[in-house]
Amino acid sequence: MITGIIMTEYGFLYTALAGSTIVALVGAMIGYFLVLRNQTFAGHALSHIGFAGATGAVLVGLSPFWGLIAFSGIAGVLMGALGEKLAGRDIAIGMILSLSLGLGLLFLHFYTAFATQLTALLFGNVLGIDPAMLMPLALIATFTLAALALLSRPLIFASLQPELAEARGVSLRGISMLFLGLSGLAIALCAQIVGMLLVFTLLIGPAAAAQRLTIRIVPGLVLSVIFALAMCWGGIGLAVLTDWPTSFCITALSALIYGFSLFKN
Amino acid sequence: MSEISAISIKNLSLNLGGAPILDNISLEIASGEFIGVLGTNGAGKTTLFRAILGLIPPASGEIRVLGAPVTRGNADIGYLPQARNLNPQLRLSAREFLKSAWRGQHWGLPLYGREAEAAIERILGLSQAQELANRPISELSGGERQRLLIAQSLLGNPKILLLDEPLISLDPARQQATIHLVRQIGLEMKLTILFSAHELNPLLGSLDRVLYLGRGQAALGAVAEVITAPVLSKLYGTDIEVITVNNRIFVMASGAELGLEAHLHEHDHDHGHHHD
Repeated sequence: MITGIIMTEYGFLYTALAGSTIVALVGAMIGYFLVLRNQTFAGHALSHIGFAGATGAVLVGLSPFWGLIAFSGIAGVLMGALGEKLAGRDIAIGMILSLSLGLGLLFLHFYTAFATQLTALLFGNVLGIDPAMLMPLALIATFTLAALALLSRPLIFASLQPELAEARGVSLRGISMLFLGLSGLAIALCAQIVGMLLVFTLLIGPAAAAQRLTIRIVPGLVLSVIFALAMCWGGIGLAVLTDWPTSFCITALSALIYGFSLFKN
Repeated sequence: MSEISAISIKNLSLNLGGAPILDNISLEIASGEFIGVLGTNGAGKTTLFRAILGLIPPASGEIRVLGAPVTRGNADIGYLPQARNLNPQLRLSAREFLKSAWRGQHWGLPLYGREAEAAIERILGLSQAQELANRPISELSGGERQRLLIAQSLLGNPKILLLDEPLISLDPARQQATIHLVRQIGLEMKLTILFSAHELNPLLGSLDRVLYLGRGQAALGAVAEVITAPVLSKLYGTDIEVITVNNRIFVMASGAELGLEAHLHEHDHDHGHHHD
């Protein structure tokens, strides 16, 4: 009976740890390539576009998670297709992301009952993850990582030496569409842990720190994953101990790790 | 002509975004030649290279490389794109940069075996870039970056090198070192080299023939045949004077030196040119 109580009491913790482990793996890997390709702002924008998708889905009676996945994934593919036309267009991307947040707000306005979940959507609530969500998270994560593994070799070539890759027969636009599409999926996963507004912390923080600490790709990816896991597990631990919001603890650890990486060299 | 031409161009016209760049040019480049490719910005040097790589289809005419029609991804051609497009903030080692091109067009994981390691050691040695291998790209100087790009162009044992402005933003001493290195590698590997540049003088002692592009036209020949007032006046569409002082050649239009003007023009363009 005591075990039963413990299981119920700590069940949410198990779900939170399992969910964040799945997400950290994907976020750290995709994030590494976003940093390598100077596309971190595009990643940030995709999460905001996802917000409009999540709230829009609720409005038409669908699950916000699938709305988020669909919107950020499709927006990623479109962003990749626009490619060079969007490169350096921070203002255009900024306008689109503000518009998306605005649209999300409008959808919420029409569906007031959902407002209670708004904070979770924007800032995450990893301790409140439904255990039934673990399976879809794991499936999408597996798909994303498998696709990234297949794509990684030409992706690295196209990111480091675009003109030569093009001359060797790599489609730069095709690679960009596939990669940003996968980024959209990774962002939707990350939003489950830290929420849309804080996706940057999980996606970019570990990868950016890793790239400051090693100039090799495979060790960089490994380090990025280690940092992301440390942030998530540490953040959840801290939150349980202090009763502060988990997302705050994760952002604090992310900033700390990135801060330390700046002192190297 | 017992041997097949390295590059054979017949009645070639190239357009870029609807605008004509080259208009009905024909030329033959023999195997083992070192060709200086000259002309102002926009004369079509990069466009011609991209057409030889199979990235731009001819509007009309034909290009043959080593006797065969152009194919994209031709392993016989090594290519050095303009260095300014190399991300200067890249915190990856030069070795990783080189490795990424090793069969980089194939799907799958970025696992490069012993064969790749050996190939990379070889090209590092050829381009005297061994000491750069384990340094981050972000910390390399302009000259070092250029040597890295030269090394990269040698990956896969090409027979032809297309080098797009390898002298840009280098000081005169580094320019000479770069030309000397390319010349040496070319002789050692028996390469045909097309070397584009803004200025003729640094290349004078090294090139076999010069290919001068201007106003859609092309002139290929020995320096003494091409760098003359009548030929250049036709390519520039204005009266050109050619003055030789101490074995240096100055191309002048209305009393101003054209090479220099082209260079200044080029820098103006750089401001609006961002590459991610």
